[in-house]
Amino acid sequence: MTTDLFAALPADDEAAQDRLRARLLAAAERDGLLDVAYRTVDSPVGPLLLAATGAGLVRVAFSVEDHGCVLAELAAAISPRVLAAPARLDTVSRELDEYFTGRRHTFDVAVDLRLAKGFRREVLRRLGEIPYGSTRSYSEVAAAAGSPKAVRAVGTACARNPVPLVVPCHRVVRADGSSGRYRGGEDAKLALLALETAS
Amino acid sequence: MVLRVCRAVVGPHDAEDAWSETFLAALKAYPDLPAGANVAAWLVTIAHRKAVDLTRARARHAVPVERTPDEPSRTGRPDDWDGDLWDALAALPDKQRAAVAYHYLGGFPYEEVAAITGGTAAAARRAAADGVKALRAASRRGELEGAAP
Repeated sequence: MTTDLFAALPADDEAAQDRLRARLLAAAERDGLLDVAYRTVDSPVGPLLLAATGAGLVRVAFSVEDHGCVLAELAAAISPRVLAAPARLDTVSRELDEYFTGRRHTFDVAVDLRLAKGFRREVLRRLGEIPYGSTRSYSEVAAAAGSPKAVRAVGTACARNPVPLVVPCHRVVRADGSSGRYRGGEDAKLALLALETAS
Repeated sequence: MVLRVCRAVVGPHDAEDAWSETFLAALKAYPDLPAGANVAAWLVTIAHRKAVDLTRARARHAVPVERTPDEPSRTGRPDDWDGDLWDALAALPDKQRAAVAYHYLGGFPYEEVAAITGGTAAAARRAAADGVKALRAASRRGELEGAAP
């Protein structure tokens, strides 16, 4: 066995790894190589994965979506340069925290909607107009987006919203008052609506 | 693993620069990496090139013959590090040091080691064997010298 020869070379040196990771992130940011920065945060609706490009928040994912799969999707759709870089997500983390404690009603961060295309992106742009604590039906949103017949497309846009919570698709419900599809699951959607009516 | 290999090949003082340059270069090139490629071998290949560059750069500059004992530690825990091992590794010919590091610390088979360093698998095997033999001899000498209770 040769391993004894290298006893002085530890396989793991956490302090050095942390130092090197920080140094790499700074260098990657400096050289414009940090295409997608991500971090996870805890929330009342479970752990959330937050990801941002240089243009803004690009993805918010619930744990039911499987964060590993989401990171792989981001690598395929945007760039394989996906790095855990919490600093870029400090502001949105803080605002989410304020939102969940009822102290914040609107988000004030840049959002990158590149993962939603065409009409779906148009729908998501309109969702910010729905005030905190109120809801709209899918057909009302379709009419507001200028295509009253596109109710199903609005349903798809909301169900596949890449930045839930920050773009408040949870405020769009079925005309009969039932919740409708949600990326984080129906319980999460109902919990958010309850939070907003309670505040 | 890459840090361990860098430390063995360029020594503890340059290892963090080598690691950082390796990963930054890897990050730049990553989108061009073919699907299914062996990422670990690819990283060590980059690290190997960086180490060669570093060694060449050192050869161009004045090399301090002796380390001053009070220089700031770059490893975080200087007392955990065995100066004898560094000296013994540094004393090896480049080819042997690389073969030892990539095979024994990187865990690469000799075919992979040869792909990283150039040459044949048989030559890599020989270089690693000679390198380990020299390290063992150095470690035995160290034990004899440092055997005072």
